[in-house]
Amino acid sequence: MTTVLEVNNLRVSFPGPAHSRFCPVDGVSFSLQRGETLALVGESGCGKSLTSLALLQLIPAPGRIESGSGIRLGDTDVLALKGEALRRIRGRRIGMIFQDPMTSLNPVFTVEAQITEGILAHFRISKAEARDRALQLLQEVGIPDPGERLKAYPHQLSGGMRQRVMIAIALSAEPEILVADEPTTALDVTVQAQILEVLDDLRARRGMAVLLITHDLGIVAGRADRVAVMYAGQIVEEASTPRLFASPSHPYTQGLFASVPRITGPLQRLNPIRGSVPAASAWPTGCRFRPRCPKAFDRSEVEPPLLPVGPDHRMRCWLAEQTKETGHG
Amino acid sequence: MTPLLAVRDLVKHYKGGGLFGRSAPVVRAVDGVSFEVARGETLALVGESGCGKSSVGRTILRLQEPTSGQALYEGVDVFSLDRTALRQLRRRMQIIFQDPYSSLNPRMSAGAAIAEGLEIHRLAARSEIPGRVAALLEEVGLDPTYTKRYPHEFSGGQRQRIGIARALAVQPSFIVCDEPVSALDVSVQAQVLNLLSDLQRQRGLSYLFIAHDLAVVRQIAHRIAVMYLGRIVEEGPTDQILSFPRHPYTVALLSAVPEPDPSASRNRIVLSGDLPSPSNPPPGCPFHSRCFHPQKNARCSTEVPTLRPVAGTVAACHYAESTPTVAELSIAGVR
Repeated sequence: MTTVLEVNNLRVSFPGPAHSRFCPVDGVSFSLQRGETLALVGESGCGKSLTSLALLQLIPAPGRIESGSGIRLGDTDVLALKGEALRRIRGRRIGMIFQDPMTSLNPVFTVEAQITEGILAHFRISKAEARDRALQLLQEVGIPDPGERLKAYPHQLSGGMRQRVMIAIALSAEPEILVADEPTTALDVTVQAQILEVLDDLRARRGMAVLLITHDLGIVAGRADRVAVMYAGQIVEEASTPRLFASPSHPYTQGLFASVPRITGPLQRLNPIRGSVPAASAWPTGCRFRPRCPKAFDRSEVEPPLLPVGPDHRMRCWLAEQTKETGHG
Repeated sequence: MTPLLAVRDLVKHYKGGGLFGRSAPVVRAVDGVSFEVARGETLALVGESGCGKSSVGRTILRLQEPTSGQALYEGVDVFSLDRTALRQLRRRMQIIFQDPYSSLNPRMSAGAAIAEGLEIHRLAARSEIPGRVAALLEEVGLDPTYTKRYPHEFSGGQRQRIGIARALAVQPSFIVCDEPVSALDVSVQAQVLNLLSDLQRQRGLSYLFIAHDLAVVRQIAHRIAVMYLGRIVEEGPTDQILSFPRHPYTVALLSAVPEPDPSASRNRIVLSGDLPSPSNPPPGCPFHSRCFHPQKNARCSTEVPTLRPVAGTVAACHYAESTPTVAELSIAGVR
């Protein structure tokens, strides 16, 4: 197994009142292996999107990545890069697709111009060759009649087609990692199914690693190898997908599962997590989930680290120690 | 028993007033929709963007004028009422919107927003209003001392609760819920769904629940009507629709719902192509251009199928009796 990406103690901060700074992403660490899909799951405001933006130093000002954070892309220290060196890895080593295909495409350029832009920026080839590659890419993402579509403008395409174009652009410089930030959230379910299918095929064919950022556990179940659940700027549970779904252990993860309506199985009243996600400027002290946690106890007043629950399974909760103890006893 | 609401042949076409005065084709957003909602019942109107489900909800409340058709509320035709009578009726029929960020006036405190309906309909003396508002806030699970706060001080879920309290203030018996939980996070979505169920039971409310998510709908709906390109293509009791759908589009929709269970069968029907434009619907069955039914033939592209009873549901498909289930399709190797 080759590690293609390693994120270490990533902290992203924004200015708060009176020269203070608060951290919507607060000590996130994970790694990504070649050909693997890691899902970063959480609700709005948990820091999952900022984490993905930080990978290419795309945090909007006045936000910044705090010192002590580490992002390694193979042998490259991403946070040490600036200017041209940074541009060379954007798109080339890590490609990105975002939630809203309407606002991420430029309305005044054709599909061809937008796909070839990245190809021409990263490879020394002629315009005609770039066009051929663009044509192949459109075919690869399942766009019918790609020759005609190259001439189209974004508004002439449906939402699903636009998202396919976005994927084609993200793949144009043949990155080893694809970051997909809520790639199907803005799409209808039947179109969502099409797009997820395309992403699966591409990963299998190209051996890319995928960082899938989503709020939807249903999407994760079908395709991620590993899952990291985020809450209040931190990873609170991490495991292989089958393990996480078989035995979700952190009370927050358990709460998420109990909140999701199901289409099959016995119909039960949903059992939601009480309260709502705290603001990043006011993360609770101690365990950040404590004010909403049905299992909070005296130790929760001290912030827990990620503790082992089982093989390749960790969670940020003191209950991990008890779980393990009972496991041994 | 007469239904609380009966909608007959509802049509809503949007005129294509094109940009810069160019004429554009008529958009047939709702093209002959009929259904009934009984007292205390939830009917879910389900479909993808552009299928016309929201237009149905808005037209019934006359937030938009219908092109033709009838909506009988307790036997009275909503579409024939004058302004005064319509205002009276709006006390009985309310709406909850999708986006709790844009549906509340940012300059109106939560208390004022909830009290507005009470004042307009003169449902309470001035001195009683604060008590009524506090009781409503409590009923939707908010702290009754929040009356003076403004929308920006609330989270999305709390705002949606205020929207619900506002609708409840005038004591309606029928509420159009237009994607009320789609914009909310899962944990909050579950809270609001439970609240809507509880309120229905306590107050005997009827809901027209407009949504795109079948798993959400399963939690709250007694019956489901599936819309495609401005028409209802299948309707029936929730269990029937979910366990034995007869219209191929319903089968495809169901199979596309992502289940949070890695061991669940991943048999998914991936429909080819996109939703056709409602300004230029295909001839014959509106779904035939994307249909995977093994018996699909020339008849489907010429003859419009009508809704007819088939094994527990009502479906608009010429070959509804032999519509394959997802499991059968995967055996046949169709994907």
